Amino acid sequence: MAAACLSVDDLCVNFGGLRAVDHVSFAIESGRIHGLIGPNGAGKTTIFNCVTGFYRPTSGRVRFLEHDITGFRPDQVAKLGIARTFQNVQLFASLSVLDNVLVAKHGHMRTGVLAEGLGLPFVRKQEHAVRDTAFGLLDFLGLADLHRKPAASLPLGHQKRLELARALALEPKLLLLDEPASGLNTSETQALGEMLGRVRERFALTVLLVEHDMGLVMNVTDVITVLNFGRKIAEGTPKDVQNDPEVIKAYLGETAGAGRG
Amino acid sequence: MVTDQAVFLLQLVITGVAVGAVYSLMALGFVLIYKASTVVNFGPSELVLFGAYVAWATILNMKLPLAIALPLTLVVAILLGLVIERGVLRPLIGEPIISVIMVTFGFASVVRGVLNMAWGSDTRPFPALFSSEPFHLGPVPVSPVHLWSFVTVMLLLAAFSLFFKFSLIGTAMRATADNQQVAQSLGVSVKGIFALSWCIATVVSALGGIILGSVRGGVDFSLADYGLKVFPVVILGGLDSVAGVIVGGVLIGVLENLSGGYLDPVFGGGVKEVAPFVVLVLILMLRPYGLFGRRDVERV
Repeated sequence: MAAACLSVDDLCVNFGGLRAVDHVSFAIESGRIHGLIGPNGAGKTTIFNCVTGFYRPTSGRVRFLEHDITGFRPDQVAKLGIARTFQNVQLFASLSVLDNVLVAKHGHMRTGVLAEGLGLPFVRKQEHAVRDTAFGLLDFLGLADLHRKPAASLPLGHQKRLELARALALEPKLLLLDEPASGLNTSETQALGEMLGRVRERFALTVLLVEHDMGLVMNVTDVITVLNFGRKIAEGTPKDVQNDPEVIKAYLGETAGAGRG
Repeated sequence: MVTDQAVFLLQLVITGVAVGAVYSLMALGFVLIYKASTVVNFGPSELVLFGAYVAWATILNMKLPLAIALPLTLVVAILLGLVIERGVLRPLIGEPIISVIMVTFGFASVVRGVLNMAWGSDTRPFPALFSSEPFHLGPVPVSPVHLWSFVTVMLLLAAFSLFFKFSLIGTAMRATADNQQVAQSLGVSVKGIFALSWCIATVVSALGGIILGSVRGGVDFSLADYGLKVFPVVILGGLDSVAGVIVGGVLIGVLENLSGGYLDPVFGGGVKEVAPFVVLVLILMLRPYGLFGRRDVERV
């Protein structure tokens, strides 16, 4: 087995009396697209929030490469190389498209407030390089022409791409996508699947994908972990998971065949 | 031919604009703190006093040359900003906002008390940084102090605007004001941004204190009254808008000068001091989000 990029060990999260995540463990190998699926309320987004530092788990560990990141702040997690998108697109609405991407580049500057404030030459040089990278990303995602527009003025499909561009600007090793297909129609979802393939190739990324669109999940993922009521009930290749009786019962039960298997 | 009346009016407007610009500068710090952390700073006056007194102490008391004394004052102001953010506000993260606001008030009182203990409440002469020999702009006599303080403030405000718009840190500050959680997920240290906002606030307040001290030729605790003008300025200009702060400051400066010039003789004084706060009350009743603020400033 290849080295784990991310491993979640025996994770528990309680909200008051409710156990949202119950002793969940899984590992993602480097370079894989790993799916995390389950019915609503299964604990997928809660796990996301533990990995990205928005929640502190009640018990259990989260490891990323050689770091134990349990209890890290979101900005520390981001700086180590984990980027995320949000279930409902979360852009800086009042900032331009380019500025949205540049925010992610702020942590890459090797300067200081004072040097930046004074606009010293070495800062300028770095800022130029950073701007070029940002433009390259916008270009890759087909948004370069829109770089001056306020982010809020873009249509939803473009906003989602911008959110992806911004996440990629962090130069992450692990990318967490929280329901990227929500709100997209069938052809847009298909285009998204193709784009994920290209993103993985170009940026040598590991991806953790939470998604309800089974077509997309079955198409693009290498491994899938299935959750139900906060517990892991299955794990394996898309084919294994689709044929797992436990999964069919919990997830696809009432609408057998909806999994396109 | 320009009448004496018109000259009087123009003079009031010109000095009003000059002093109002200083209000804008001080209000900039207030707005930055609010935008970054939604903390309302109830001690803007003390930040102004602090800067003015430290400048007085370094220039006149320690007799340092200006080229050393002014940067030194700003460094001390930055240290004060760090002390406030790290020592006073950071321990209160997660506490109710009313506690955070109250602590800014409490800390401000401590600062005022310490200044009083250190240097007493007598008026201290302040060096004139600019000549006070008036020159004539057409028929209107203008004092260079007012002109240069206006020019200095405008240059500072322009520099800050460029910093917010074009530097990456400035972009990160705007992003934090827009959506704190998402900024964090992109590696922006929100605590760092809070600290930076406080440091900028203490620096612009100190600069405001130095300019006001120089305009008035002395520092004492009545400088605090100028700091309080920050409130009408931000209410008029809107809490979330830097452009609004500039216009708001100038408007308040002109308004108080006009009311001082025309109404004080009628009412026997005091109108000048009251006018900005009458405006504050009226604006809150008529346009609670300020003349230039966004309607949804209280969102989230």
